[in-house]
Amino acid sequence: MAATVKMTKPKGSIEGLTGDAAIAYALKQCDIDVLSAYPITPQTIIVEDYQRFFAEGQVKTKVIPVESEHSAMSACIGASAAGARVATASASAGLALMWEVLYCASGMRQPIVLAVANRALSAPINIHNDWSDSYGARDSGFIQMYCQSCQEAYDTTIMSFRIAENHNVLLPAMVCIDGFILSHNVERVELLPDEVVRDFVGVRVPVQPLDTDKPITMGPLCLTDYYFEFKEQEDKAMREVFKVYKDVEAEFQKVTGRSYGMYETYKTKDADIIMLTHSSPAGTAKAVVDALREQGEKVGVLRMKLFRPFPAAELAKELSSAKAVAVFEKCLSFGAPTNPLALEVRTALYDLPKKPMVTDFVVGLGGRDVPPATIVEGYNKTKQYLEKGKAPLYETLGVRK
Amino acid sequence: MSKKSSEIPMAGNILEPGNAREYKTGGWRAERPKHNPEDCLWIKNGTCALCCIFCPDNAIKLSEKDGKFLYAYDYDYCKGCGICANECPKSCITMEAE
Repeated sequence: MAATVKMTKPKGSIEGLTGDAAIAYALKQCDIDVLSAYPITPQTIIVEDYQRFFAEGQVKTKVIPVESEHSAMSACIGASAAGARVATASASAGLALMWEVLYCASGMRQPIVLAVANRALSAPINIHNDWSDSYGARDSGFIQMYCQSCQEAYDTTIMSFRIAENHNVLLPAMVCIDGFILSHNVERVELLPDEVVRDFVGVRVPVQPLDTDKPITMGPLCLTDYYFEFKEQEDKAMREVFKVYKDVEAEFQKVTGRSYGMYETYKTKDADIIMLTHSSPAGTAKAVVDALREQGEKVGVLRMKLFRPFPAAELAKELSSAKAVAVFEKCLSFGAPTNPLALEVRTALYDLPKKPMVTDFVVGLGGRDVPPATIVEGYNKTKQYLEKGKAPLYETLGVRK
Repeated sequence: MSKKSSEIPMAGNILEPGNAREYKTGGWRAERPKHNPEDCLWIKNGTCALCCIFCPDNAIKLSEKDGKFLYAYDYDYCKGCGICANECPKSCITMEAE
């Protein structure tokens, strides 16, 4: 029997959990009604753990094993439409197979929570971490939150239901962790008592559920005359996330003492160069900052958490005093002028009267290690570009070329 | 049919049944049916009515008044599909360009 089982202590407990196990445990405590998923590495432990909770009778959830990710999300939408609290999990090719239905989930305004253990896309086939999968889905209408630790994955999963199910939002949410780096590594995780989570997440109050006593039609054909208006609604809902996210986090902080913010700043106050990234490279970057600070370098880290919606206004304020922003991202957008994270950052900074230089380093594709040396290399290059006053739009680091 | 995004139900949900009536499909029509009453069995003796039965949009209005049988198209909904013209056993209906 796994360590996660004997945990219903009155004052919570501290356990060593993988990122996947932490998410599975959070889902259990959130008392979800339906979990419909198809296993794919490195997300598998989430579904495996949850199936075990189900088999042992610890949850009342209806667990639906489906034949594909396309069906997994479809079943989630059906259940969510009926008013259920619903979750699923996927990664890489699985997320890609879900693609069509991701847009249905958001377009139908179903607050489904989707845990993603970020993994590279084929070909060549690769099971390790980069962000190509969920970055590809950045326009799908899902809220996207990227976690740096197993604790944060646990906390964020709990908060995500409150954010997604808020009646001003009603959008699905992705909780993203780096595949293997977080999904399979054991970290110290403080678990909340069941009743604390239960009180915090409450029971979902659906707005327009499927109801045999009051039948409605969902997802009908909608053409040139009204489709655009529904997308306008969706966009407005996405903009509401900023406020709801802050409110939910503030409440969570009252209960747990923990909060993360839409982004986290680390030694950025007087920094000339701010390194901007998220998920696991952010932890490495913070360690690099500590070492560089000892050498007298004025450097800090801004770690994004909320990628969709993208907090552009706040970010611009945060970065405005820096001379340069060095973006590190695990995604290559083929043929694009620059890559997804740097694209957003540059857009956020464009209207500033005095813009910091932005450098963009594509790192760690297919799980290639991103050691401190790679971050230092990016930092040094950014310093050189600052001296020259000119930088390339992006470059790859840590690849043999 | 030109409500703002804030005035319509979320996500295109249809909350009340029967609202297809609000959607006038007549605008799709490229050809309109033309009825020749001379050989029409409905006009003659109130029989046949195959055009009305087969019309997918219920856009053929058959009625009886003072012993006379009347025939009309509802062009708000007639999409001009031509099924009526195809079904008419007496070839009374022809399709003409709009």
